[in-house]
Amino acid sequence: MRTVSAKYSAGVLDGRVGRVLLAWMAEVTNMNEYFTLITGRTPKQGEGLHKGKDSEAYRRATALVEMSLEDMARLGIEEGQVVRVRTAAGQVEVPVRAGALPPGLLFVPMGPVANMLIGAKTEGTGMPPFKGLAAEVEPR
Amino acid sequence: MSTIVENVVCPFCGCLCDDLAVEVEEGRVARVRRACANGRGLFAHYDPTPQRPTVDGREVDWEEAIAEAARILNEADSPLIYGLSSMATEAQRKAVELADRLGAMIDTTSSVCHGPTGLAMQAVGEPTCTLGEVRNRADLLIFWGCNPAVSHVRHFTRYSVTPKGMLTPKGRRDRTVVVVDVRPTASARAADLFLQVQPGADFEVLTVLRALVQGKTVEVETVGGIPTARLQELAERMKTCRFGVAFMGMGLTQTGGRDLNVSELFTLVAELNQYTRFSVIPMRGHGNVAGADQVLTWQSGYPFGVSFARGYPRYGPGEFTAVDVLARGEADAALILASDPMAHFPGAAARQLECIPTIVLDPMPSLTTRVARVVFPTACYGVDAAGTAYRMDGVPIRFRPVLPLVRPTDEHVLSEIVARVLPG
Repeated sequence: MRTVSAKYSAGVLDGRVGRVLLAWMAEVTNMNEYFTLITGRTPKQGEGLHKGKDSEAYRRATALVEMSLEDMARLGIEEGQVVRVRTAAGQVEVPVRAGALPPGLLFVPMGPVANMLIGAKTEGTGMPPFKGLAAEVEPR
Repeated sequence: MSTIVENVVCPFCGCLCDDLAVEVEEGRVARVRRACANGRGLFAHYDPTPQRPTVDGREVDWEEAIAEAARILNEADSPLIYGLSSMATEAQRKAVELADRLGAMIDTTSSVCHGPTGLAMQAVGEPTCTLGEVRNRADLLIFWGCNPAVSHVRHFTRYSVTPKGMLTPKGRRDRTVVVVDVRPTASARAADLFLQVQPGADFEVLTVLRALVQGKTVEVETVGGIPTARLQELAERMKTCRFGVAFMGMGLTQTGGRDLNVSELFTLVAELNQYTRFSVIPMRGHGNVAGADQVLTWQSGYPFGVSFARGYPRYGPGEFTAVDVLARGEADAALILASDPMAHFPGAAARQLECIPTIVLDPMPSLTTRVARVVFPTACYGVDAAGTAYRMDGVPIRFRPVLPLVRPTDEHVLSEIVARVLPG
């Protein structure tokens, strides 16, 4: 899969304008499709939190990406397979889990791994874009 | 020998459930009844054994650590105080006093949570009520962009969905539950009506709902992935309920549009009061994050993102909020209070904490304590320390600690630091 290079994506692709721009770029250049990434709490992330953030339970609970079964089948990705997830802010390599998500959506539990994908631009609010980022997925 | 303490308040989340039974055996929590997994985890995993503070990883006595923390803060030109929301209000007051004295920036975890909700409240007001009113009166509940089944586990059973109240004697059967989210969450499974909105389209859907409530004609067939006909049904349901309550979460505050999404929901709720009674309550995350807003507002006039650098409080979301300040490298020292920005801030902001002298007050080790220069292992409010916290609906509740206090509290350590800092 081809990817949008970082020099095009730095900072510009956060938010809705970025998503539209990325969709357009994908269309005109036949580049990689983009997903919408959201982050949030999960029961296992909460459990791991109490066991300690240096615990294996916390690491396992936060180092993963959830994806819809439809997207996994379409891209030929299997449960547990490691993929590279990339946003304008950074990239991580994590195993895939099938999640209750509509196609086109990715979910990464909140934590140090998700933070590598989140930019620090807050649009004058103090709030980073923890949800709704343009992201791409590349099987390893 | 074990003792059971009844009616214990759980300090974990903004629900502040006050009906826990905690069994104490030999100075440790042995069993926790009625709590959710999060509450149980907090009580069960907290080790109350006194520990010595550390400076650069070396154990020192409390006096030396306090002197080092004061030295760092005194030498800093632009210190940042951040966190506050897992401490009692008594300690939060001390944190604001310290910020004032130092001329520091002070921000709470609100800024990465319901900060945008605070901005919306300032813009359009807050039609609110208490959780007691919800329990006893509400017959329509709307959960928008929040997932209580994971984040506020007992909310459904204690306050909103299933409890039997004065005007809701049949409990769940007397209520209609609507969930709006971008994905079918665990909470959505408990709903009578689940509306799956496209990511980032909440504002459009809320705007159309406002139009439909006002009886306007909407020409489009779907909005944000939801058929307009279904929104029309929801609008009618909202107008004809006896008492509706909307609960909202990070699905609105962390998505593009942020405070504008929340303003639109709050405006919708305010407008619904022309037809019936309707309120909105933000699902506050940390146990006393609502208290952090309260304390900072009553002390400085603003709920978060405040700078005392000029000798008087100035408000600056995006300017004095922690993520922005750190990512731009504008703080030359950080005092982190009962929170873990290394685990929960975007990489660019978190990394900065390794580059500047950082002081942490926290009952538990965290990713931030790992990189901090000075670490104070303080008592845990609600478990071994007393104090007051504000529930998500703004009701103050007094903690009932179950263990004897043997560690210094955040309030104590902050008082000691305040006594040693020079006015900035």
